[in-house]
Amino acid sequence: MAGLTVPTWDPETALLIGTILLEAIVLYVGYGGLERLFGSYLIQFLVGGDADAR
Amino acid sequence: MLDSLLNGLGILGTSPEMLALFVGFGLVVGVLFGFFGMGGSFLVTPALLMLEYPAPVAVGSGMAFVFGTAVIATLKHHDLGQVDYKLGVIMITGTTVGIEAGRASVYYLESLGLAGGVISVAYVVLLGGVGAVVTRDALKSGGSGGIDHEAADQDLSGYQTPEIAKTIQQTVRIPPMVTLRGDVRVSVWVITAVAFATGLLSGFLGVGGGFIRMPAMIYAIGVPVPVAVGTDLFEIVFSGGLGSYLYGQGGGVDLGIVVPLLFGSALGARIGSAATAVVDADSIKIYFGGMLLVGAIAVAVGEFGAYVGSPTLELLGLVLVIGAAVVVAVAILYTTVSSLRETGRQGTTAAD
Repeated sequence: MAGLTVPTWDPETALLIGTILLEAIVLYVGYGGLERLFGSYLIQFLVGGDADAR
Repeated sequence: MLDSLLNGLGILGTSPEMLALFVGFGLVVGVLFGFFGMGGSFLVTPALLMLEYPAPVAVGSGMAFVFGTAVIATLKHHDLGQVDYKLGVIMITGTTVGIEAGRASVYYLESLGLAGGVISVAYVVLLGGVGAVVTRDALKSGGSGGIDHEAADQDLSGYQTPEIAKTIQQTVRIPPMVTLRGDVRVSVWVITAVAFATGLLSGFLGVGGGFIRMPAMIYAIGVPVPVAVGTDLFEIVFSGGLGSYLYGQGGGVDLGIVVPLLFGSALGARIGSAATAVVDADSIKIYFGGMLLVGAIAVAVGEFGAYVGSPTLELLGLVLVIGAAVVVAVAILYTTVSSLRETGRQGTTAAD
């Protein structure tokens, strides 16, 4: 275990890393969509009523 | 079916309290990463060590988290055209060997029972060193720690190669030579040496290595800042993916840690990145340097607590490392909301 090793194919580990990759892509797309949908509303909410007036 | 899959992957092996803690910590780390462009991820491994996870799990899960974060950030920089794929591919070989050497060192030290201590000491030196440099620069010139967002967003036409990079390009001319984006011509061996050194650090500490690799790409290779940022992230996708795979084979990647951390950090990174458009980063960089220094002290306190068998000191170390990150993240959010409200008021006054 302590020496240098060449990676070998391991379906279980590949599934593990694939899960993280999939989660990252889903989060990028999902949060991006939420930002487009609700980003401006959130900014208006944070800025306060003054922004609505504009 | 789903339960057995999640159980097998480790999601349900983590208590709801720990899942909430990891999502919250991920959010904090994400805000720091999105705002400063670096730094948040290397608080994860020390925090996991202080939570008494075995060193390979702390480093392996930290690296898997870095991998997921890099995937998200690379997708964004790809959209901005800031990735030099040729440079990234050349660096992969050196980084791969470096990571494997670093990983082998962790398992060797673990077999001697020294891994946790040695890694913690390395973190104290690293966090303390980088924290001191960032704080000194912030005090001296109004802040130059982290990535300069203005430099990162500029185009490549007016880019001036640093003098040290020009000297290296003219001195080390061992073939094969390659031409990179920004019309940079450099020996493949320089690129490989930079890649190996940063890969070694990644494999040993479970960090992306961007805070070393990016300055190295800019000052040793001569790559323009925007390309260094994008290419570094692209490279971390591969190095982090491979490192995670190698640690995963040894049981070192815990999805119960990585999934909630990533869930929180992906949201935090968007908030932190958006905040850069509103807040002057220079005014907060001194806190960033301070956070790294507190992190170094926290790891030292936690490790000393473990050495003398004091749970109170171990808890104090954990509270310090998480607390420092939370304070800086809250400072960013508070300043952002205040700036937005100020802008809103000025807009209304102008309209009147």
